[in-house]
Amino acid sequence: MKLFPILGGIHPEYRKELASEKAIVALPMPVALYIPLQQHIGAPAEVLVNEGDLVKKGQMIARSGGAVSSPQHAATSGRIKAVTDVTAPHPSGLPQTTIILEPDGKDEWGDLPEPITDPFTADPHAIHERVAQSGIVGMGGAAFPSAVKLNLGTQKKLEILLLNGAECEPYLTCDDRVMREYPDEIIDGARIMAHALGTARVVIAIEQNKPQAISIMTKAASAFPDVEVVGVPVQYPMGSERHLVQAITGRETPARKLTADLGVVVHNVATARAVHHAVRFGRPLVARVVTVSGGAIREPNNVMTPIGARIADLIEFCGGFSARPESIVNGGPMMGQPLASLDAPVVKGTSGILALTAEEINDRPTSACIRCGNCVTVCPCGLSPLDMAAFIRKDNLDVAAKLGVMDCFSCGSCSWVCPSHIPLVHYFNYAKGVLNDLERESRKNERIKSLAEVRIIRIEKAAEAKRAALAARKPASDAAPPSTGGEAKAATEEKANT
Amino acid sequence: MYGMLIAIGSLTLIGLTLGTILGAAARQFAVKEDPLEEELKAMLPGSQCGQCGYVGCGQYAAALAKGEAEVTLCAPGGKVLIEALANKLGVTADLSGHEERVPEHAFIIEDLCIGCTRCIRECSTDAIMGANKLMHTIIVDACHGCAKCVPVCPTDAIVMVPVQVTLRNWHWSKPEIEQTQPKQEVAHAH
Ligand code: SF4
Ligand code: SF4
Repeated sequence: MKLFPILGGIHPEYRKELASEKAIVALPMPVALYIPLQQHIGAPAEVLVNEGDLVKKGQMIARSGGAVSSPQHAATSGRIKAVTDVTAPHPSGLPQTTIILEPDGKDEWGDLPEPITDPFTADPHAIHERVAQSGIVGMGGAAFPSAVKLNLGTQKKLEILLLNGAECEPYLTCDDRVMREYPDEIIDGARIMAHALGTARVVIAIEQNKPQAISIMTKAASAFPDVEVVGVPVQYPMGSERHLVQAITGRETPARKLTADLGVVVHNVATARAVHHAVRFGRPLVARVVTVSGGAIREPNNVMTPIGARIADLIEFCGGFSARPESIVNGGPMMGQPLASLDAPVVKGTSGILALTAEEINDRPTSACIRCGNCVTVCPCGLSPLDMAAFIRKDNLDVAAKLGVMDCFSCGSCSWVCPSHIPLVHYFNYAKGVLNDLERESRKNERIKSLAEVRIIRIEKAAEAKRAALAARKPASDAAPPSTGGEAKAATEEKANT
Repeated sequence: MYGMLIAIGSLTLIGLTLGTILGAAARQFAVKEDPLEEELKAMLPGSQCGQCGYVGCGQYAAALAKGEAEVTLCAPGGKVLIEALANKLGVTADLSGHEERVPEHAFIIEDLCIGCTRCIRECSTDAIMGANKLMHTIIVDACHGCAKCVPVCPTDAIVMVPVQVTLRNWHWSKPEIEQTQPKQEVAHAH
């Protein structure tokens, strides 16, 4: 298959060998699971259980909270200990509403929805329904509800389902292992999704630094003429949805558009496997493979983890720390976020937990920009990081916005390459946060404005009604057109009488 | 029956007449709004809270357009608005006296509320819910923090509290290195 070049990018040290040869092992069931209501983009789920309830594995314990949302399920059987605030797996360490489940040790499945026996003749809606019900979200990290993305076929003409097995982040090997150990499940899930989307082709893209995964997946796909496996060049951030689409189709997704507008829908390989389980067995998403790695982890591994296990449980299972971790990262080292607490749980979007040593992080003092232009060369979005950062530093966010800071997807390439160690991506994260705040604020102001207007109109109406009533009591000839003063008076009267 | 018809008929007639007269008057006496004034008005929050000392946002905008008012008077607008107004009018804003507040919303201490409805009448954005002799509560999304309701409460049941930082609105603060001036942590943009 002909591939197309992508813009910019870097070649960081991958260090995948730490975990890539470790077969997936299951985490022993922890003493408690912490299942947050919000593990996805969109509205949080709504709790369906109360303290003390007994639940079975796979039972829905929180239902979808809106059109873009996802339900949550019990990852094992047991008793609901509480529904309360627990630290979120988030750099802020802020709490969020979480269901605490005490496993009973039986790990008993509850009643599951019937398997869809022949998914390829099933109505696509039945598949959307099942995927939505099963709480499946994008498992590459973004955690966008998969059913919403599967619905795109009803709105747009789609050609390709692109399965993302690039795994371009250093250290992470969970997708690699899933592809090597469960290739048939992934391909079945992908074909079901392609049927639901109405795409004729499935393309599975894997970075060339995973030769075993490529050969195993190619073999598994050989039975299906509509499924093609391609090795893509090793170039960070190849696994970004837009860039992968560009590498495969040669077409660039315009800013603020979806890849679906180009006829391509991208799903992660692990998501495809989850779809296979949901459709063929009725099983919701209750566990995922997490790579635990980094120089400070004693035994790096790929761990099948029930959703809601604490990060501390995972680290302990991997032998604890062998060196002082300078930073614990949720996700990959490039785009992952530092974790504020090890008490936070593993959620559906957790692809890796990395404990990095000071050496690996290589945090050095910042010096002035030497205008070498390296950051411009590597930016895969064609932005000019040095200029944007300079304006943000001077609190000139308007100019940064004009330079396209909102198009930056925080891949971190610019920070990585900067010889002056300027925390470029940190500036952009800050600026995007502030700009989003302003946007929210102005939306609120709009609302407030209209609320105030509605109120004024209401008061005037009431005053008018009062005048009319007054006029009706008197002979019609007396009702002279009221002066503005009278109106104001009526308005104050109304105010006093409400 | 007949009397009712007359009443309805006369009411309709009065309504129509008044409407026509009002409409004509509006057209006849329409004040040509100054385009600058219009623009300034659009920039103001529009909640008519009156904290600037004028009756409403429109009057403040008019005073601004005539150069009769300082750009720093609108409290809910905050620093962002002051700068925007100064920019528009080509003046330099004196921010020295301006204390940037963190965004706030009103909160009713429910145990103290006697349900007198005074705050409801005061609120210009209908952000307070409640009925006579029943406890009142603030709809946080509709409250823009003007604090007009605080002084009218006879039992001091209304307090202003900072808008909470949650997972939804949290964001990274500005990198500390190279920070040009010492500044408190910016969890919010204002
Ligand atoms: S890479 Fe760093 S030093 Fe070079 S131009 Fe960009 S910001 Fe400046
Ligand atoms: S972090 Fe943003 S600005 Fe920097 S290289 Fe990536 S996309 Fe470009």
